[in-house]
Amino acid sequence: MSWMFLRDLLSGVNQYSSGVGQIWLAVVFIFRLLVYIVAAEHVWKDEQKEFECNIRQPGCENVCFDYFFPISQVRLWALQLIMVSTPSLLVVLHVAYHEGREKRHRKKLYVSPGTVDGGLWCTYLLSLIVKISFEIGFLVLFYKLYNGFSVPYLMKCDLKPCPNTVDCFISKPTEKTIFILFLVITSCLCIVLNFIEVSFLVLKCFIKCFLLKYAKKFKSSVCERQSLRCVECDETGAPSLLQNPHAGLALSTPQQQEPKILCDTQLGQT
Amino acid sequence: MDWGTLHTFIGGVNKHSTSIGKVWITVIFIFRVMILVVAAQEVWGDEQEDFVCNTLQPGCKNVCYDHFFPVSHIRLWALQLIFVSTPALLVAMHVAYYRHETARKFRRGEKRNEFKDEEDIKKQKVRIEGSLWWTYTSSIFFRILFEASFMYVFYFLYNGYHLPWVLKCDIDPCPNVVDCFISRPTEKTVFTIFMISASVICMLLNVAELCYLLLRICFRRSKRAQAQRNHPNHALKESKQNEMNELISDSGHNAITGFPS
Repeated sequence: MSWMFLRDLLSGVNQYSSGVGQIWLAVVFIFRLLVYIVAAEHVWKDEQKEFECNIRQPGCENVCFDYFFPISQVRLWALQLIMVSTPSLLVVLHVAYHEGREKRHRKKLYVSPGTVDGGLWCTYLLSLIVKISFEIGFLVLFYKLYNGFSVPYLMKCDLKPCPNTVDCFISKPTEKTIFILFLVITSCLCIVLNFIEVSFLVLKCFIKCFLLKYAKKFKSSVCERQSLRCVECDETGAPSLLQNPHAGLALSTPQQQEPKILCDTQLGQT
Repeated sequence: MDWGTLHTFIGGVNKHSTSIGKVWITVIFIFRVMILVVAAQEVWGDEQEDFVCNTLQPGCKNVCYDHFFPVSHIRLWALQLIFVSTPALLVAMHVAYYRHETARKFRRGEKRNEFKDEEDIKKQKVRIEGSLWWTYTSSIFFRILFEASFMYVFYFLYNGYHLPWVLKCDIDPCPNVVDCFISRPTEKTVFTIFMISASVICMLLNVAELCYLLLRICFRRSKRAQAQRNHPNHALKESKQNEMNELISDSGHNAITGFPS
């Protein structure tokens, strides 16, 4: 089990993602996962061995290191990568569920198991919202745990068994700061991409619903107008307010058969 | 997840690159990525452990090491390789988008005479023309920009490409000006010069590819313009001739007047 497993899982998500989703995947793979594995991991490799306090008291270094780094930044980075990648699996699971249903019923239930429509749309949107909350959550946690995104070269420690306030020196603070800033920037970029994808999804849905509603409204208003003209014609015999030159022409729709008959009869009589 | 995955990503772009582009990809993966992984990482592996300062003052070594090496050479090269390889993804994304649109048109029944089926669309080599030319050219431009920026950052951070065997450090908590010794400075200098030379070669290849693409497009445009100048009404003449032949064959009379010459 290694990062390859996560990579293979995420590659499966690619086919069900939108264009922005695929850009997000590329950013996660290349600028976060690859950079973590080939560079960042090695920067924190000897962090405790090279953490030095200006004291010979045994145990003082251990206690101070544990106080300043309750969880190593690089491990938090790895956790963030895993948590941020997994909501995409919700989509994969939902599509697998669709495919399972089709197999069980042995007939085509969906246009295609992977089309982002209906229930899958909700799952996709939910996965995006969960991703955004994880990203923001981890950034806030990072900020709170380490008092910012920079790593100082010196920290003062006065915990027992250190006899007084002691200077403790962190190894490679500048390099660590650079990589943490890199992590923050790529996180923010991923948050922006996820927001764009959410807006895009919601907008597409609104446009579809609006167009459908408008098309239905237009169709029903046309039918109403047709039936209204024929009813008016039948009641008063006077010229109707809506000039319909084709009132006497044969109409092929079955709903309009009755009014048409009334209309023709009336015209025939007058 | 490692350099092999990046190789898979970039390898896909290889099919749509020019010959110079293919040479560039080979140079990147053999002379830079491979050297980085099999050799350079071993040389820099013990860089902090074996960085020794002539003092027993705790913290002095850490502070001096951090001052002289804000970012390790290895990490800077790894970042440089990642940044320099990613513009090729723009081309891969453009090709994927083009194939997706072509497949959509094919499903609607528009390009049935050009392709047999959707598999054929995926196998076809996409020519570097039109909007893809612009994407490809911008990707080369960004590659050159990233290479140059990283080389400048390297020069600026380490005051050149040569590593000295002793550095003088007087930052707190070092009590006075202290001698600090880098591990394996000559070997590190050799590899630094090797990687910088490979960067320069890659940059030259990119510049050559850019010039080649620009020349190709200028040459094509001038050929088209020349063809139009030599035979200005060639196309018009042909269609008029066809019309004339039809009228002659239909009516049997020569009814064309005022034919433009």
